[in-house]
Amino acid sequence: MRDWRERYELVIGIEVHTHLKTASKLFSPAPVRYGEEPNHAVHEIDLALPGVLPVLNEQAVELAIRLGLAIHATVNPVSIFARKNYFYPDLPKGYQISQYEDPIVSKGWLDVDVAVPGGAKGEKAVRRRIGITRAHLEEDAGKSIHDDAIAGGADSAIDLNRAGVPLLEIVSEPDLRTPEEASAYLRTLRGILRAVDVSDADMEKGQLRCDANVSIRRKGETTFGTRTEIKNLNSFTHVEDAILAEALRQIELVEDGKAVVQATMGYDPERKRTHVQRLKENADDYRYFPDPDLIELRIDPARIEAVRASLPELPDQMRARFEAALGLSAYEAGVLTTSRSLAEFFESTASACGSPKSAANWIIRDVLRVLKERDLEIEQTALTPAMLAGLIRLVDGGRTTARSAAEIFAILVTEGGDPERLMVERGLEAVSDTGAIDGFADQVIAAHPDVVAQIRGGDDKPLNFLMGQVMKRSQGKAEPGSVRQTLIRKIRG
Amino acid sequence: MSQAEKVLSGSLRTLREALDRKELTASELVEASLARMDRGKDLAAVVTRNDEKALRAAEEASRRIAAGKPRSVLDGIPVVLKHNIVEQGELATCSSRILENFVSPYDATVVERLRAAGAVFVGRANMDEFAMGSSTESSIYGPAHNPWDPTRSCGGSSGGSAAAVAAGFAPIALGSDTGGSIRQPASFCGVVGFKPSYGRISRWGLIAFASSLDQIGPFARTVSDCAAAFELMAGHDARDSTSLPEPAPKVCERLDGEVAGMTIGLPKEYFVEQGVSPGVLARVREAIAVLDKAGAKIVPVSLPHTTHTIATYYLVATAEASSNLARYDGVRYGRRAKDPVDLEDLYRRSRSEGFGAEVKRRILLGTYVLSAGYYDAYYGKAQRVRTLIRRDFELAFAQCDVILTPTAPETAFRLGEKSGDPLAMYLSDVYTVSANLAGLPALSLPCGLSDGLPVGLQLLGKPFDEASILRVGDAFERATPHHRLVPPGAAS
Amino acid sequence: MAAVPRANVPRMSRIGHAEVARVAALARLALSEAEIDGMAHDLEQILAHVASLDALDTRDVPPTLHGFDLPTPLRPDRPAPPLDPELAVANAPARQGTAFLVPKVLEEEG
Ligand SMILES: [Mg+2]
Ligand SMILES: [Zn+2]
Repeated sequence: MRDWRERYELVIGIEVHTHLKTASKLFSPAPVRYGEEPNHAVHEIDLALPGVLPVLNEQAVELAIRLGLAIHATVNPVSIFARKNYFYPDLPKGYQISQYEDPIVSKGWLDVDVAVPGGAKGEKAVRRRIGITRAHLEEDAGKSIHDDAIAGGADSAIDLNRAGVPLLEIVSEPDLRTPEEASAYLRTLRGILRAVDVSDADMEKGQLRCDANVSIRRKGETTFGTRTEIKNLNSFTHVEDAILAEALRQIELVEDGKAVVQATMGYDPERKRTHVQRLKENADDYRYFPDPDLIELRIDPARIEAVRASLPELPDQMRARFEAALGLSAYEAGVLTTSRSLAEFFESTASACGSPKSAANWIIRDVLRVLKERDLEIEQTALTPAMLAGLIRLVDGGRTTARSAAEIFAILVTEGGDPERLMVERGLEAVSDTGAIDGFADQVIAAHPDVVAQIRGGDDKPLNFLMGQVMKRSQGKAEPGSVRQTLIRKIRG
Repeated sequence: MSQAEKVLSGSLRTLREALDRKELTASELVEASLARMDRGKDLAAVVTRNDEKALRAAEEASRRIAAGKPRSVLDGIPVVLKHNIVEQGELATCSSRILENFVSPYDATVVERLRAAGAVFVGRANMDEFAMGSSTESSIYGPAHNPWDPTRSCGGSSGGSAAAVAAGFAPIALGSDTGGSIRQPASFCGVVGFKPSYGRISRWGLIAFASSLDQIGPFARTVSDCAAAFELMAGHDARDSTSLPEPAPKVCERLDGEVAGMTIGLPKEYFVEQGVSPGVLARVREAIAVLDKAGAKIVPVSLPHTTHTIATYYLVATAEASSNLARYDGVRYGRRAKDPVDLEDLYRRSRSEGFGAEVKRRILLGTYVLSAGYYDAYYGKAQRVRTLIRRDFELAFAQCDVILTPTAPETAFRLGEKSGDPLAMYLSDVYTVSANLAGLPALSLPCGLSDGLPVGLQLLGKPFDEASILRVGDAFERATPHHRLVPPGAAS
Repeated sequence: MAAVPRANVPRMSRIGHAEVARVAALARLALSEAEIDGMAHDLEQILAHVASLDALDTRDVPPTLHGFDLPTPLRPDRPAPPLDPELAVANAPARQGTAFLVPKVLEEEG
């Protein structure tokens, strides 16, 4: 099985459900709120009380148009809301209002950079264009809460706060070929959703949910194998792991001469295993039909153009500009455009320090490492582009050493400050004149024999005091590392 | 019978005059209405009441009127609501076991508007379960009876509303019409029933049967009373996506008694001797003669797809109903089966125990015609034939202002007569369903008796041209005494 | 009633016992065997009448989905105060706090 990648190819399609950033629900004026008590954010419409009727939220339409344009898709002048009929306790009407044959958005694509080993920095990107079949508006369902505290575990509680929250379902073509491509697609899509302010797309909050359709085929084959659908993957890692697990499960079946059966799969992240939830052959008959309570949605071409004009620069446009105008590598441009805030931070830093390449290096190497270590967003640190640019100028101008710069950087991230002043205050200015350091050290050793004796006796604590004395005499210009080494060498011999 | 009860049998105009001249108070009027309902209980026309609330509303109206500040022509006037129109804090059961305890936390738009106009809701009317029927027999309250002959049906599904007006319980009642459910009972009970154009009156708060066909409308003793109530209820409502974005049309001011210069079309497919009882046909022909004499031009028109209307209607209506009634699942409101073993059991038993046979039949038919492999042959086909039926009307209305037909092929049938034969019951809607399929305004008004039972005359108008049919109906009323006929026992 | 053809169409089995049982399951209706047979008989009769539509050529006819030809209205994205939670669950057959209760739900639906 180890060489399966040489013998098999995966065919993966991704379905994403993303909450749209609206203040009220798709068909009701109830507020969209997270973390409320059960049924504290519902309207008569969300409860499907007898006699209620849906009215479409204008902002949800606006956001669907934005996303459609951002993924180079067609925004259809006419789309139709249909009822998808099935019984489930978190589905109050007994049907979901969705779009079926005529979605608001169809036929788009996005370019995905997939990091692969290799290249000068150990990483490079391969760019792939992934087709997007459609994106349609639909309402979310409520939540079933299973808890042993509820009627001794015999019952489930139904909370309809989420019922009716606007969703955009974005369906990719089966163009993805590896688990890594699938998660890269998802990251890129999330970046776009955030860039055009369509969704906060927070997977932890359930605002971005992912289903993956997976099939396998022998390399070189052009027909599709029987596919399964893994439901409700709620992190990038789960997406990759689940697809891999499912692919291996299918390969094992095929190698054992068994058939893959069409099914809905669940994923157990603890065991990293997929399991059959429901066979598709007893799938529901959803009896889709146009919702008679809603007339067709028509979108004026002028409105589409107005939205197009109002769109901010999109991640792929920005990526192309970073490569062409700023001379970044595809990999660097890709990394720096995964989120709008990061890209903006980079651009400000680059223009303030005058060196896009250095700015890119610093951000990818140092800033992202800190963010990852401390699980922070760039906005949550004290560091500003002006600070980082100041630091880069100091380093690139040879005024401080890389090591000192790292120390200044650490301070900037947690406390902020003026890098130059920090450098001076902490004596981190580079001093290349070792003779001067030697001289200052001799003077200080001569002036404090008692302290020197203490250090010779094995107590390093007063060393800092002596270092401070040297720094003072060097007016802060000595590189602290060499001061320390010089002192130790002279005292301990 | 008290003075107030006698006045109650009059038209809205006479009631208004009596109130405004302070000959009686709104409280007295509402008390009279409640007293009449008490005495007419056996009709099972009005099945639930909240007398205390009604009397309180009447007192407030009395004070406004005493201060010389009535809110509208309906201020202090008793109004009966059908049991599928919700009012905050009141039962709205649709005559179904599944909703037998449902109390609405919100108001229908029509309720809000009529209350704002000062109307007093005196009771809620019996109906066929979920408005699925033409006889008001399929109801948890038992069958409603026709005031003209209690052994006969008052029609349906808004039979209770029609009977309430015929019996003099209130001058105005609201019904809903999906395939004739206002007009056919109006015809059976000898009152005026008005179904406005689809989109004219908000459906917000009307418990859905078939969303693309349902429409609320008034019953009254005269066309002008219907017009008055209509003006107060109609007009755009932002809560209904299928509400026409226009204010209510001023129809009352156009009721001038004139029909000269108007053209009335008679669809030849509706005047087939074998299709309609001779008594009905005779009264309708007399009515045509009256309008002819009054100066209307009578022309023949053709609606060639008439033979397909019932089939089309039952496919569209049941498909929509099967989906609309999925929400009755025993989870958030309504009946829940006792001790369900699991979720499926909860669904299946709650729904089976909660719905009556006719509702189940239609849910099954609707589910079937939408199910995989059948959609195109049935529902899809019906929606296309619906287009052909609409086009028939567009062509016919190129030649006339109003179309005139019988409302129903016969007078009120006996209770139980058709309840064993669903198809026969469906076919009795033959003259009324096309207006729903085409979204047209339609009016049924009394045009005399046949063997002592009322006969209804139907007028169909162009979409959103309520004014023309009301005008012709009003002119007909001025020229004839039929609207003054009241059932034995309800005389003033 | 000559205006409408009565159901004298030959009785081909459009819908039988098994079909009615399938549809009843979809609609979550529990029917006895006798009820299923009765419904099958009624639906058969109605569908025989409906078969008259087959005679019409509707290939070039667009479907009518609504009462009139206007685009769907759009509502400004302004939230209204939510329904009083007590009122929201006032009609509930079973509740715990402000949540509805149902027999344990086993599997998530997409
Ligand atoms: Mg899907
Ligand atoms: Zn979806």
